[in-house]
Amino acid sequence: MAMTMTEKILARGAGRESVSPGDLVLAKVDFAMGHDLTIPPAGRIMREQMGAEKIWDPDRVAVTQDHFQPAKDAASATLGRLTREFSHDMGIKWYFEVGQGGICHTVLPENGLVLPGELVVGADSHSCTYGALNNFATGIGSTDLACVFALGELWFRVPETLKFVYHNRLREWVEAKDLILYVIGQIGVDGARSKAMEHVGEALKHIDMEARLTITNMAIEAGAKNGILEFDEVTRQYLEGRAKRPYTPVTSDPDATYEKVFEFDAEKVELGVAKPMSPDNYAPLSEVAGTRLDQVFIGSCTNSRITDLRRAAAVLDGHKVAPGVRLIITPSSHQVAIQAEKEGLIRVFLAAGAAWTTATCGACLGGHMGVLGEGEVCLSTTNRNFPGRMGHPKAMVYLSNPAVAAASAVTGVISHPGEVLKKMPAGIA
Amino acid sequence: MTAPQVIRGRTWKFGANIDTDQIIPAKYAIYSLDEKELGKHAMEGVPGREGWAAKVTPGDILVADSNFGCGSSREIAPIAIRGAGISLVIADSYARIFFRNAINMGYPILQSPQAAEGVSEGDDLEVDLEAGIVRNFTRGDEYPCEPFPSFMNELIHMGGLVPWVRKRLQERRQLAGRR
Repeated sequence: MAMTMTEKILARGAGRESVSPGDLVLAKVDFAMGHDLTIPPAGRIMREQMGAEKIWDPDRVAVTQDHFQPAKDAASATLGRLTREFSHDMGIKWYFEVGQGGICHTVLPENGLVLPGELVVGADSHSCTYGALNNFATGIGSTDLACVFALGELWFRVPETLKFVYHNRLREWVEAKDLILYVIGQIGVDGARSKAMEHVGEALKHIDMEARLTITNMAIEAGAKNGILEFDEVTRQYLEGRAKRPYTPVTSDPDATYEKVFEFDAEKVELGVAKPMSPDNYAPLSEVAGTRLDQVFIGSCTNSRITDLRRAAAVLDGHKVAPGVRLIITPSSHQVAIQAEKEGLIRVFLAAGAAWTTATCGACLGGHMGVLGEGEVCLSTTNRNFPGRMGHPKAMVYLSNPAVAAASAVTGVISHPGEVLKKMPAGIA
Repeated sequence: MTAPQVIRGRTWKFGANIDTDQIIPAKYAIYSLDEKELGKHAMEGVPGREGWAAKVTPGDILVADSNFGCGSSREIAPIAIRGAGISLVIADSYARIFFRNAINMGYPILQSPQAAEGVSEGDDLEVDLEAGIVRNFTRGDEYPCEPFPSFMNELIHMGGLVPWVRKRLQERRQLAGRR
């Protein structure tokens, strides 16, 4: 029976020849992840309520201290301690301490822990990010994670697959973020609810792995169960020297069934933003240009990997953050921070008057280091701008790509990066 | 523990795309292990609903429009709603992680576009979980709910994923003991 990539991975996990959308299956998990907000409840449920003493396979679990760490207050320190103790007690192999890891969704791919063809779950909604590496990856809750820890398997409803085809190439300045914001604007925050988003087409062949991770990262913002890309030479090269296990890529059969196929001309996609208060509130940049800002935030699992920071630095080089505006830059991992230091990017940020922080989810979920007050306006490279996401329910958050964010920090209003930098240097764009 | 089969309560009505950060703002995630404390802040992030949890009478029913619980995977969203005293959630549709979290907790949630459309705040509802029917005494109306697949029904009847995993672990241990 012809199947999509998503169906093939779930069928293999369930030990079945084939599966169809709507089937409920019990499937083996290849890799699982939790962090400082989801491990404490998962650990308690697993040990105290389910009565399991050990994890099914401690070599296939990663834990990051990223959401409220370094501890933002005493209660967060307790969550950090419970996370640390559980990881130690269970012998979890891929435990990332403060200062050594960073945001889970950057840390797992950069360490080659989530691989093509695999079934990956994470107790965090943005776990769909990993699908850029040709796997099935989805966000789950803490009780789910406790079940995976105890048994190594979990129940899934096989999703219908929506296919997104991107013809032609993205234009100058236009990034993966602009593309996915545009798509979510077209289909809505529940446009792919509980479904698989399979992204294919010419435009994706010309973007690097980090940009691809931005696209799958935001699958959840359309309500999707997972986002998945095809395996190609870019995937293979990214995994060379990183992959911690052998892997088998997966392809969709040519006659696989799709619930719907969406076709987009990538060349027609403009620079864009999501306006307050929803990720599907898309507008071309030109419509919101000139909007006054209080804060600019470059960070998160969506857009704070090294290529994002390079573009931000190229725009900021030789400029200053506008008076009355604060720019906060939070790398998404410790490895990203080390690389930024090597390349002299941090020097550029500091000279521009930006606040450079340690790697953490931080301001993205209104945790710490950049929480917004009542009525404040922020341009952010993050993923979600529902009311109160970054702080006060009456704060206004616009979502954009990092070059737009950097340029807007310089001018103090939402701006096209071309106003600050003539052309993105070759090799960075 | 198994859920009661018939639930009666007063309705609180919410709109579409209420995300988890509105259901329980992330700053309260520090209370991840404290259902009562989470309950005090349930729905606090929904504009105009500040102080809502204090007005809830235990047993009240929450009815929402489409895509309820979108956003984060944090299980504190359904936990906060339960902690506030809400006996049951009915929505036009749910975001998938909120849906799984509620089912896994053994917390009764129902999907009924008809109820989401027909019910207004304050309506007196009776819900027959077994039959999947919502009766609106205020309006003299009745709405069907979408049936769950049998595995999900089994989970809800057992009281959630915890007893299910306990049972499976026990089976595995017995199997290992026999070898």
